Amino acid sequence: MIQFTINDQQVEAQHGWTILEAAREHGIDIPTLCYHEAVAPSGACRLCMVELKDGNWSKLVASCIYPVAEGIHVYTETERVHNVRRWIFEMLLATCPASPEISALAERYGVTSTRFSAADPDRTCMVCGLCSRVCEEVVGLSAIATVDRGVYKRVGAPFSRPTDVCVACGCCLSVCPTGAMQSLFDTVRGIPATIMTQLTA
Amino acid sequence: MYSLNSALRVDTPRLDSAEALNAYRENLIAGQDPNQTLVVVCHGTGCMANGSNRVTAAFQNAIEGADIKAKVMPGIKTTGCQGFCSRGPLVLIRPQGLFYQRVKEKDVEEIIQRTLIEGQPVERLLYKDPQTGKRIHTEQEIPFYKLQERVVLHNIGKIDPTDITDAIAAGAYRALAKALSGMTLEQVVSEVEQSGLRGRGGAGFPTGRKWRSAMAAIEKKGRPVYVVVNGDEGDPGAFMDRTIMEGDPHSVLEGLILGAYALGAEQGYLYVRAEYPLAIQHLEIAMAQARELGLLGENILNSGFSFDARINRGAGAFVCGESTALFTSIEGKPGNPRPKYTRSVEEGLWGRPTILNNVETWANVPLIIDKGGDWYAGLGVPHSTGTKVFSLVGKVNNVGLVEVPMGVPVSHIVEAIGGGVPGGAPFKAVQTGGPSGGCIPYHLKETPVDFDSLTKAGSMMGSGAMIVMDDSDCVVDVARYFLRFLEEESCGKCLPCRLGLTRMREMLDAFSKGVGTERDIEDLISLSQAIQDGALCALGSSAPNPVLTTINYFRDEYRAHFSDHKCPAGVCKDLITFSIDPDACTGCRSCARQCPNNCISGEKKQPHVIDANQCIRCGICKETCKFDAVRVS
Repeated sequence: MIQFTINDQQVEAQHGWTILEAAREHGIDIPTLCYHEAVAPSGACRLCMVELKDGNWSKLVASCIYPVAEGIHVYTETERVHNVRRWIFEMLLATCPASPEISALAERYGVTSTRFSAADPDRTCMVCGLCSRVCEEVVGLSAIATVDRGVYKRVGAPFSRPTDVCVACGCCLSVCPTGAMQSLFDTVRGIPATIMTQLTA
Repeated sequence: MYSLNSALRVDTPRLDSAEALNAYRENLIAGQDPNQTLVVVCHGTGCMANGSNRVTAAFQNAIEGADIKAKVMPGIKTTGCQGFCSRGPLVLIRPQGLFYQRVKEKDVEEIIQRTLIEGQPVERLLYKDPQTGKRIHTEQEIPFYKLQERVVLHNIGKIDPTDITDAIAAGAYRALAKALSGMTLEQVVSEVEQSGLRGRGGAGFPTGRKWRSAMAAIEKKGRPVYVVVNGDEGDPGAFMDRTIMEGDPHSVLEGLILGAYALGAEQGYLYVRAEYPLAIQHLEIAMAQARELGLLGENILNSGFSFDARINRGAGAFVCGESTALFTSIEGKPGNPRPKYTRSVEEGLWGRPTILNNVETWANVPLIIDKGGDWYAGLGVPHSTGTKVFSLVGKVNNVGLVEVPMGVPVSHIVEAIGGGVPGGAPFKAVQTGGPSGGCIPYHLKETPVDFDSLTKAGSMMGSGAMIVMDDSDCVVDVARYFLRFLEEESCGKCLPCRLGLTRMREMLDAFSKGVGTERDIEDLISLSQAIQDGALCALGSSAPNPVLTTINYFRDEYRAHFSDHKCPAGVCKDLITFSIDPDACTGCRSCARQCPNNCISGEKKQPHVIDANQCIRCGICKETCKFDAVRVS
């Protein structure tokens, strides 16, 4: 077992665990959006940032990825952690104004308004990539993926066309933290060929 | 000229020992005539763009036809970038060292007649000292070259990069021969440690320490291990690595082979951006020629050590210069950075121990092995040893490539070597480190250029781009430019970078329109810190640097935008108006003819007027006016 502290509280964790896993094991709360037990962590949403301190030295790490180590001192509620968290929530509120899940999570951490204006009032997806990771790692199909890069990054099927690789298993729907997959699902999957023939007949 | 192996003029078998390589070199040197007249034409990308290949062709045709009464016919050599890019195309006449600038095809005849036949310089093509107005004859006397210390670049501009024999005669692969014939792996690593060399890609991590950790990782995990060259140079205004790959590809290759030898790697990768076709071509030629001679591939110099390398082309993503994104790209996946809590020396390419170094870092390695780590540590300053190559661009007289020892002041590079701002005004600031770095304002111009001093000033060494700004550059506009660049180039994986950079840019957009408050500046700083702390990779975490340093040094200029609705530099279009000074205007009508919106009116030979309501503030009238009558306020 590995011994270390979270918020000055002595905790234990097994070798190979991440800080997040250890914290949740001990009932210490850390917010996450792109994390799910079913897939490998990717460290994309950065809501789970925690501060490591050692004397005067300190740095912020993503707790969903950072492996526990003997004797480290982890803090989950410092000023720097709060600053990162608050800004991400403010930006998320403006990016995904139509997602009640995001509003609720932000509110739980004390962020109820944003200084930014919303570009698209109907948007719910913040491209955390959890849907595509489930499709790749759990279902094994990679019917969807994140496409393009930077500010243009979005979730979609190859070449942005409906794909029949999708088997409609619904895994992406169940892991989606913002409810965005509800509306994306049909565009990814397209209308099944049988129904299409009926429609066009 | 560029066909593979065409340069192997001497019928050479594979070199089967270090002695054979050294004998081969002696032979090549003995075959050179030091008195032969050589017309050396720069074929760097900059000079090529200005038509230096046509100049070379003109020389070839003309020399054959000319009546030159010399025992040895003048030779023509094409080289990599000679550095003085703003003066290109450059032609040097060796052995005299005559330096001709801005040479056009039509000048070739005169150079042949005056210089090659009559032995006299062509005065009008010589460099003119802007201070004294005197023509300077040779390269070594020109301050731009005289004040530099060319160590990494020492062969560039001297050798033909497509001819391995030329490189070998100039000393290439001497370090390899030395290492393979008598140095243990341990000794090679120690020598690099001893040198104090720090990574030239930007972060400045000690190279020797990196190699040492890789050795420890290999002990734990075994082989295979990989060595990788990061040639994905993408900072706006940076072209150091391109120049090295184009002008002296063997220095990079030899460094890589030495690194592979030290770690027992059998495979290496050169990740070069596809936008550098000439660099890729020269590296390919260099590798093919090195294989031919037995310097790369199976059983190098018959030492029992085998190593080969291949080139991977970047597909146009700036983020692939980040180490983990570079690895995923080589592995054939989208170039997204990976979370990096295990170092790449332990878990890099294909999950194996990997040494990734920048082009310039690798190019330093042969020098260190050849001349010794102690020699290298004697260059520069204690914690930043050696020299550094900078690309000097922006509002500076001498645009080009500059190599200086670490620790010289900013003013030495910008003012002494660069010749200062055109027109003689002091510079406003120098942006170092590209979009990840920050600016050094004029009052800190004596800041020593080394890793630690630049970081202390809020900037960073970065890969070595230096962009000089003057009073006509607006800091808000510059910061916006870099943010826009990074917004496009972010991989988009993590939220602080993907969402945060856009939000920061929007706040700067508002400033440039005169909208904002003191609170917005504070928010900008606070959001910057969140991105620095929260972003997944170095692209994101360093992205706020240009904004933070400009706020730090030029806060009043930011303020002027929203509190006075003024852009002091006269750049932000929403805050400036163009007008014509009636006393200076001669009524020549040239601005009125050029105005794309037809909003300049006036009678011929009478002062003209700009209709401010119609004006789109493109600035063409100001550029057109020969009498400096257009005012910006």
